Amino acid sequence: MTSDIRIEESGSHQAKPLLEIRDLAITFKTGSGEVKAVKNAHLTIMPGETVAIVGESGSGKSTTALAAIGLLPTNGRVSGGQILLDGEDIANASEKRMIELRGNTIGMVPQDPMSNLNPVWKIGYQVKETLRANGKPNGPDDVAKVLAQAGLPDAHRRAKQYPHEFSGGMRQRALIAIGLSCQPRLLIADEPTSALDVTVQRQILDHLDTMTTELGTSVLLITHDLGLAAERADKVVVMYQGNVVEAGPSLELLRNPQHPYTQRLVASAPSLASRRIQVAKEQGIETDELLAPADAKTVAASDELLKIEDLTKVFKLRSGFGRSTDFTAVDNVSFSVKRGTTTAIVGESGSGKSTVAQMVLNLLTPTSGRIVFDGVDTSSLGRKELFKFRRRVQPIFQDPYGSLDPMYNIFRTIEEPLRTHNVGNAASREKKVRELLDQVALPQSMMQRFPNELSGGQRQRVAIARALALDPEVIICDEAVSALDVLVQAQVLNLLAELQSNLGLTYLFITHDLAVVRQIADHVCVMEKGKLVETGATDDVFESPQMDYTKALLNAIPGASLMLPPEVA
Amino acid sequence: MTTNPNHFVAPVEETPLLATDSKITDQAPLSLWAEAWKKLRRRPLFIISAVMILILTVIALFPGLFTNVAPNENCQLANSLGAPEPGHPFGFTYQGCDVYARVIYGTQASLAVGFLSVICVLIIGVTLGAIAGYYGGWLDAVLARLGDIFFALPLILGALVLTQLPMFRENKSVWTVVLVISLLAWPQMARITRGAVIEVRNADFVTAARSLGVSKFGALLRHVLPNALAPVIVLATLELGVFIVAEATLSFLGIGLPPSIMSWGNDISGAQAAIRTNVAILLYPAAALSITVLSFIMLGDAVRDALDPKSRQR
Repeated sequence: MTSDIRIEESGSHQAKPLLEIRDLAITFKTGSGEVKAVKNAHLTIMPGETVAIVGESGSGKSTTALAAIGLLPTNGRVSGGQILLDGEDIANASEKRMIELRGNTIGMVPQDPMSNLNPVWKIGYQVKETLRANGKPNGPDDVAKVLAQAGLPDAHRRAKQYPHEFSGGMRQRALIAIGLSCQPRLLIADEPTSALDVTVQRQILDHLDTMTTELGTSVLLITHDLGLAAERADKVVVMYQGNVVEAGPSLELLRNPQHPYTQRLVASAPSLASRRIQVAKEQGIETDELLAPADAKTVAASDELLKIEDLTKVFKLRSGFGRSTDFTAVDNVSFSVKRGTTTAIVGESGSGKSTVAQMVLNLLTPTSGRIVFDGVDTSSLGRKELFKFRRRVQPIFQDPYGSLDPMYNIFRTIEEPLRTHNVGNAASREKKVRELLDQVALPQSMMQRFPNELSGGQRQRVAIARALALDPEVIICDEAVSALDVLVQAQVLNLLAELQSNLGLTYLFITHDLAVVRQIADHVCVMEKGKLVETGATDDVFESPQMDYTKALLNAIPGASLMLPPEVA
Repeated sequence: MTTNPNHFVAPVEETPLLATDSKITDQAPLSLWAEAWKKLRRRPLFIISAVMILILTVIALFPGLFTNVAPNENCQLANSLGAPEPGHPFGFTYQGCDVYARVIYGTQASLAVGFLSVICVLIIGVTLGAIAGYYGGWLDAVLARLGDIFFALPLILGALVLTQLPMFRENKSVWTVVLVISLLAWPQMARITRGAVIEVRNADFVTAARSLGVSKFGALLRHVLPNALAPVIVLATLELGVFIVAEATLSFLGIGLPPSIMSWGNDISGAQAAIRTNVAILLYPAAALSITVLSFIMLGDAVRDALDPKSRQR
């Protein structure tokens, strides 16, 4: 097998690093002058080693990797430093030389499996294209072999299919197959699994591990998830504002972070935090202070504010000529939410969790079943009562870019619910908006600004302020923190917990991220394919999951296998 | 504390921690329109076209400021096709009228038809397009088919047929031309609006507004339409130029404005007879038409670039 040869070859390079980046600086030309995206990056990858770059969006982690494969956008250039591949400086190498290197020596697995396969070509053709460009044998058998190695079953048949016939995980496997098809010595994987469900993510990363170990390929993994990086990589490089702020062996870095930014990151990474709770539990440490919404538990009120009974939603999928097939998005789901607590609905994409949220918000009509809010069946509400119901149940959506009207300034956005419900006069409404901004810790000077001038976290704060404007009792957070960077996510979660204990709010938290659930929720409902699989108190579900699916989900949290001291916080 | 030589830590002084999640907020707040205006202001294409349109509008409103020759009086056949002379810089038409004065006075009719048609098309097209896109279902299907029927009629062919209807033939005026053009040109505006509305109607901020109790129609007016306006405005500016050309074409064919109303189309038509002897009298109204149309199309291009959502900072 070719892999044997590879291992020998990489063995001969053992002493020298495969890729060495020294004092790299990258500049982008923009409308308002030159911007330094990367200022001072350096990292070393030895043959066969996996190195992860961790950072939040805009930290320069992807830019650094793109520079290594010579694919910077046309307005970007390497303005200083060296990128040494096997001792050869490729920072300003010619396009011709880079084409020689790409595929053969440096492979790449891009981030988004949905957009990185060309939808008009068959998968097999796209693999063949790569093989041919690098002068490898490219018959149908070779293509199938490459796909089979990436873990695609029935590869001959799959090669003849188009990308839209593949699921997200299969597409990512195809991309990995393409990236590794020419057995490169370095594979750059840019957030290879962040668009995938956790269980799929785990499978894909496991497979990537096996393949690269077999081939002796070095991997440069780019991720925002510190837990994932620590679990998968030998060395972790932390980037912040275009600088490398800390680098070292994974566990060493996690256990003993030195730079204040790394310390913050380690403290707030949700996957690690939930792991820490786990460890603390095992050692019998009282975890109340580790769990954010601890105060909420002491709220004495234990009445069931929201009760969902046998909820079912069937969508009719059109299949042409007036025929339709039924698709059961939510299947016989029942649970209840106690006042002042946080209930999380967890599930992967397609589990029907968002559909439940939409029905609770009365934006979708259930096919059957009841949603009882404060003793009243919501489906029986008339127009006026529905209008009143809307005051008491408010949503916060996932995408802070999409949930605020770009035409409305912050004042109008937060004032809208008040105006819609004819609360007070102009002066009292303005006072209320100012109070709300204080509550979500935004400066009042923000009122005249527009959403596009705010950062992601600030926008989510505005969305929270708008949801709070009518003094609701229940807030439905549909993936409310999933689009935010880790540190911002931690801040927003803290804010939500604080608001809950101050205002006695009840949260229904829809999320795919079990790690976040552990931090914030009192009760968990696990959903799979429209069905409720498991419910229970968060601690019980995390400590002794009953169902296989829940166990698989829990195991898939990145960083679950790491041993961390409980007291780091 | 660190003992591992492989563990690198950057000096904190060189990599200071910034407040998490803050954005520079020392500049004045910018709405979408203010931002677009800021971008437009610096574009030569916009400045040139805007200045020209301004001048044209002033000419249309106060033609007397630019010439003191009355265009239809003192037409003496003795001057027919006469060369330029002092006071008459562009020469004389076949009928012996002053070309310069006619071009100046013709501006009014051309611009009036252009602006009025665009306003009518906006009213019809945006209303129908927004309703079709927002509510969808059978309403959308019916309106889409209706639009397709009009879409299939070429503007000039449709106008030829429509203007032969007695109600149009007997009352030729600026308004009949506007009516004919709007009747045939609204589907394109409706299509663009429909597309833009469909894109916006599923945005989270619309769902958010609905779940705080804003009515369905209220959400359309307050959230969906304002966010769908950018492509509509671009198309409207571009179509202004197209409609001015359409009016000239119709007038040239004799089915547009009546000869009693001065317009560039009528003048071009009238110059036909003299095309071999004196090209100049054809050239001047044609040049005026081209410059006007070019200005509006340039303006449309500049506005499109400024309102391009992809170029917005997030």
